[in-house]
Amino acid sequence: MGILEVKGINKRFGGLQALGDVNLSIAENTVHAIIGPNGAGKSTLLNVLVGKLIPDSGSVLFEGTSVLGRKPHEINQMGISRVFQTPEIFADLSVMENVMIPCFAKRDGAYAFNAIGGVTKHTDIREQAEAILDDVNMLDKREMIASSMSRGDKRRLEMAMCLVQEPRLLLLDEPTAGMARADTNNTIDLLKEIKEKRDITMAIIEHDMHVVFSMAERITVLAQGTPLVEDTPDNIKGHPKVREAYLGEAQV
Amino acid sequence: MLGLNSRDTKLLLLVIALVIFAPFLLNPFPTASNLGESFNAGYPALMQRFVIFGLLVIGFNLLFGLTGYLSFGHAAFLGVGSFAAVWMFKLLGYNVLPALVMSTIIAGIFSVMIGYVALRRSGIYFSILTLAFAQMMYSIAYSDLIGKFVGTPITNGETGLQVYASDPQVLQGANAPVLPHLFGLEMNSQTTLAMGGWEFTFQVGYYFAAFFLVLGFYLSIRIFRSPMGLMLRAIKSNQTRMSYTGLNSKPYMLAAFVISGMYAGLAGGLMAAMDPLTGAERMFWTASGEIVVMAILGGAGTLIGPVLGAGMIKYLENIVSKIQKDFLELWFAFLPDWLEAAVVNIIYPFVGKGWHLTLGVMFMLVIIYLPGGMVEGGQRITARFKRKKKTDAPDGAKTPAE
Ligand SMILES: Nc1ncnc2c1ncn2[C@@H]1O[C@H](COP(=O)(O)OP(=O)(O)OP(=O)(O)O)[C@@H](O)[C@H]1O
Ligand SMILES: [Mg+2]
Repeated sequence: MGILEVKGINKRFGGLQALGDVNLSIAENTVHAIIGPNGAGKSTLLNVLVGKLIPDSGSVLFEGTSVLGRKPHEINQMGISRVFQTPEIFADLSVMENVMIPCFAKRDGAYAFNAIGGVTKHTDIREQAEAILDDVNMLDKREMIASSMSRGDKRRLEMAMCLVQEPRLLLLDEPTAGMARADTNNTIDLLKEIKEKRDITMAIIEHDMHVVFSMAERITVLAQGTPLVEDTPDNIKGHPKVREAYLGEAQV
Repeated sequence: MLGLNSRDTKLLLLVIALVIFAPFLLNPFPTASNLGESFNAGYPALMQRFVIFGLLVIGFNLLFGLTGYLSFGHAAFLGVGSFAAVWMFKLLGYNVLPALVMSTIIAGIFSVMIGYVALRRSGIYFSILTLAFAQMMYSIAYSDLIGKFVGTPITNGETGLQVYASDPQVLQGANAPVLPHLFGLEMNSQTTLAMGGWEFTFQVGYYFAAFFLVLGFYLSIRIFRSPMGLMLRAIKSNQTRMSYTGLNSKPYMLAAFVISGMYAGLAGGLMAAMDPLTGAERMFWTASGEIVVMAILGGAGTLIGPVLGAGMIKYLENIVSKIQKDFLELWFAFLPDWLEAAVVNIIYPFVGKGWHLTLGVMFMLVIIYLPGGMVEGGQRITARFKRKKKTDAPDGAKTPAE
């Protein structure tokens, strides 16, 4: 059984069937890509996984426990972190603070009233934060206010915020969109490196086929809210149905 | 020092120095002179208000400045604190210590209840909910609804609550002062120091209240710099990210709300300790609005801003509001008559009863040009001076940008 088991998920927005009977199993310690044309329901699926949306029917099991009906912070505490399609960061805090917050959340749980000791006194937190900033090559930007950075930097920051929590399952919604080619390659290298270093499962949504094919071990193709095929990258590349539904237009 | 970094320590020492030397600093003019009579603010009753409102707004700023949640009903906690303190005077006696403890606790209990409900909403709905609760509490206090229910006055309605000789005062010693005191040290006892044309008054009550201002300021620095302060700023910045980072913002919000309510309760208790009577009007919505204006004027989200804002407004309210037309005529007597009349006529609407007009104009200018309040104004001025110094220096051009 996979680390994440999605069974029979349906979600309608008014008359629109955003997700129709989605079944998905993500094996532990793999990189699983979910691809599909715009509006296929990829982000909606992630929203269901992290507790942002409640599906109309179906079940989601993470390491054997149901996540449906849990609050987003509870799901995160179970070990699921998510990078959003449009970066969700603490825009008016510094880069360093942005990374320290998830460290505190990981160490102290959903809430802890550390109201007296200074932030800087928590050396373990600071070291963790600096280490991850070093990994994403942002250590020199640690004092910058997050909102003043480029789109690509914001994405890398958000990724660092998720990675520093050492999640069991990392959900990435178009992590390289808006990045320059060099940054995209750096991101691929970073994620691969993390993957080698420790146990982590990644579900990655991407339009950039370069990213998909250099990372994914399994690929699910989603079209109009329903999984079309699921297979290895090599088989997906040659699959006629996929070419027709997705790859053909994406590679123009 | 005391777990603060050097910048914060300096700030704390500055505040301590300001409150200790306030009787001197606020009396720049000889007491009997024209200017002294109009502009000297160093008399105990006003200095008490400076520090008590400073404390109140520091607490308010812990909620509004850090989390961005604008409570429009904070005066309710102030009022509750005052009522609790006067009740302690009535039941136990005039020692201020039990009164202050009780006013802080009772305000804390009220803020848990109100915060629990109001924090279900955010933004404008939160503000409206706090306003609604505060106005409800005001009406209950003003009509003494609870008192009618239980049969004895609780808030004593329009008359207001005060201590009567017939009150139990079970702990009041036979020789204890019949005014608020701290173990015999009367709040309104004072000594006056005359130096030349100047008179400086040092009052126990003022320094007692000032002690709590300093304590409150110190605690607020600690909270600002703590992990909890960071979480509160995270709430203001992005609650979505916060929840997907595994943090539950509700308990943090409630804690901030309650802490800030307790600050208000303590401030209310101190008001009663300075003058042992209180009424419902302390809870009226305009009083809540004044707190908001003080915080924004001084600089919401900054450490020292609330103190500056409170000081500025209390100064305008008590000093500028007392300037009369004949004072103006006196000051501008050196001008030619026609010019004097013109100047006086232009200034007059902004002083005396028209001081709200001055406040309004100031508030408008601050919001538009200095969104960071007086603190931002100060920062800009110092930055300008620094830049000037740098360019004046021979190797000024080479100093790297910060
Ligand atoms: N909260 C919502 N309310 C109504 N409709 C929604 C909502 N969220 C998504 N949708 C609709 O559901 C469909 C799937 O959207 P989704 O964002 O999941 O697509 P996607 O596969 O992530 O596309 P993209 O590649 O553009 O990000 C779209 O038609 C979208 O308009
Ligand atoms: Mg999407």
